[in-house]
Amino acid sequence: MKVVPKTEEVRLDPTTKTLDRSKAENEINQPDKNALEMALQLKQKHGGDVVLLSMGPPFFEPYLRLGIAMGADDAILLSDRAFAGADTYPTSYTIATAVKKIGHFDLVMCGEESSDASTGQVPPGIAEWLGIPQVTYVSRIDIAGSTARAKRTIKGGYEVVEAPLPLLASIELGCNSPRFPDFRRKRWAEKEFKLTVWTSAELGVDPNKIGLKGSHTVVDELIELPKPFRKRERITGSSEEEALQVIHRIKEALSA
Amino acid sequence: MQASPEVTQFKGVWAYLEQSSGRFESVAYELLGKAQELSEKLSTNVTGVILGHNVSGLAEEAIQFGADQVLIADSPVLAQYTTEAFANTLGELAMQRKPEILLLGATHDGRDLAGRLAVRLNTGLTAHAVRVEIEHDTNLLVCGVPGFGGSIIAMCKCPKSRPQMATIRPGILPIPRRNPERKGTVEIVPVKQSEMRTKVVERSVKEGIDITKAEIVVVAGRGAESCLDAVRKLADSMGGVIGVTRPLADKGLMPRDHQVGSTGYAVSPKVAIVFGASGAAHFVSGIRDAKTVITVNKDPEAAIHDYADYSVVDDVSSLLPLLISKFGGISR
Repeated sequence: MKVVPKTEEVRLDPTTKTLDRSKAENEINQPDKNALEMALQLKQKHGGDVVLLSMGPPFFEPYLRLGIAMGADDAILLSDRAFAGADTYPTSYTIATAVKKIGHFDLVMCGEESSDASTGQVPPGIAEWLGIPQVTYVSRIDIAGSTARAKRTIKGGYEVVEAPLPLLASIELGCNSPRFPDFRRKRWAEKEFKLTVWTSAELGVDPNKIGLKGSHTVVDELIELPKPFRKRERITGSSEEEALQVIHRIKEALSA
Repeated sequence: MQASPEVTQFKGVWAYLEQSSGRFESVAYELLGKAQELSEKLSTNVTGVILGHNVSGLAEEAIQFGADQVLIADSPVLAQYTTEAFANTLGELAMQRKPEILLLGATHDGRDLAGRLAVRLNTGLTAHAVRVEIEHDTNLLVCGVPGFGGSIIAMCKCPKSRPQMATIRPGILPIPRRNPERKGTVEIVPVKQSEMRTKVVERSVKEGIDITKAEIVVVAGRGAESCLDAVRKLADSMGGVIGVTRPLADKGLMPRDHQVGSTGYAVSPKVAIVFGASGAAHFVSGIRDAKTVITVNKDPEAAIHDYADYSVVDDVSSLLPLLISKFGGISR
């Protein structure tokens, strides 16, 4: 699970050329919510526990508690200054190390991508570190015994992939409707639930493979794409007149 | 991150040429064009890598569009995309032959493969780049990666690890010209036939439409959901294609190949006509390259009007039938 700033509210500071998230409200990355909802549905059907795992600073905590309120059984936050500045390589490594530490698991589920960097690279990376099969862009999972069938969105349609558990699945945004937190559980999640926090020492990660140090890519600079010039002309009149003007502009555009 | 001492041993620009049913994905051509440009700057060659079954016929196509060398991995285990078979094959090739740059298209399969391969190869990967350049003084690959719905671009580099990997957003780069006189070498590489853990048991695809190449795109947003048929009819009558915003694709009202926006496709038509979209950043980034944008939304305050050349504040459902009937009488 990742906590991200609301996309529309992030600005690029023109002088420092760094991201200004200060005015942006945070939220659980939307596809992660779809992943959690799918996990909860699978739990309802097959039993088992749903554990939330997140790598981030302490302010992630209330969002993990929200996930618990939705129905997850446990939540672990991987939080350490040493994790900061990570690109997708150390991020997937850190999370995979935590999965190994948790021990037995059947499914690792992730949102297909995060709405900030939108790389979608962490889920396949985790699967590679764990040496397990992966299915990405999944809209549905059915389990029979120790085999999963995942419906995967591909160009022009879908495919169904059969794979043995344990499996990593990245879940498509919008494939289900994430449930609202249960009111009473929410109070318990906020006040009583004991959230686990693991530092890099507790996790036992290789210090050269985490955070900024473990990153292979660097960001040179950030550019705000200039808004393309648009005429912003209003077409007015009766609906009939508007329709004729629109058609005129279409023809004009096509002959340009 | 310690610089690997063998960085200088990595040479060549590789383009993973995604194909399905014996035809290249559009992005494969786009990658070849960019690979040519990069290889010229680096004084090196372009290698096109093709994985599949019964695909050796594509070698000539790859050469004509820019590959100096083509590596073909042809095997029944590669007949349909699976992460395991493709990552094993491409990973092994990359480890043996050491390219300095490896480009893939940022399609679903491309991203699935690249994400896994980057960890396997212990290297850096930049995602769905919209700009790809060689930095003048360092000869490093620099990629512009959009984030936050597409409005902010991060210029990323992979200074010390090889190959420098990048997935490139389809529809951004131009398709190069075919040169039937071009010559190149073809090498068929062996493929290990090991037991695969995953298998594709069902597949349902309709002949996809490539909205990124259309001259006219007519988009339906949530405000036009109830008139989707009319939007389609208008698109058909103009010889254009229909696009939808994310929420409509999520509902399954149109297949994903019609989805316009940062998590869908970027279109660059001569004209985009947008019905009932509010103007969210994620969507708007998909139409920024349209030459002319015309929007219809009954909300005068809708952000979409700021991204339009011509905007109409009116009911989508009243305007559409008028447009259909009046356009019908006009020939293009």
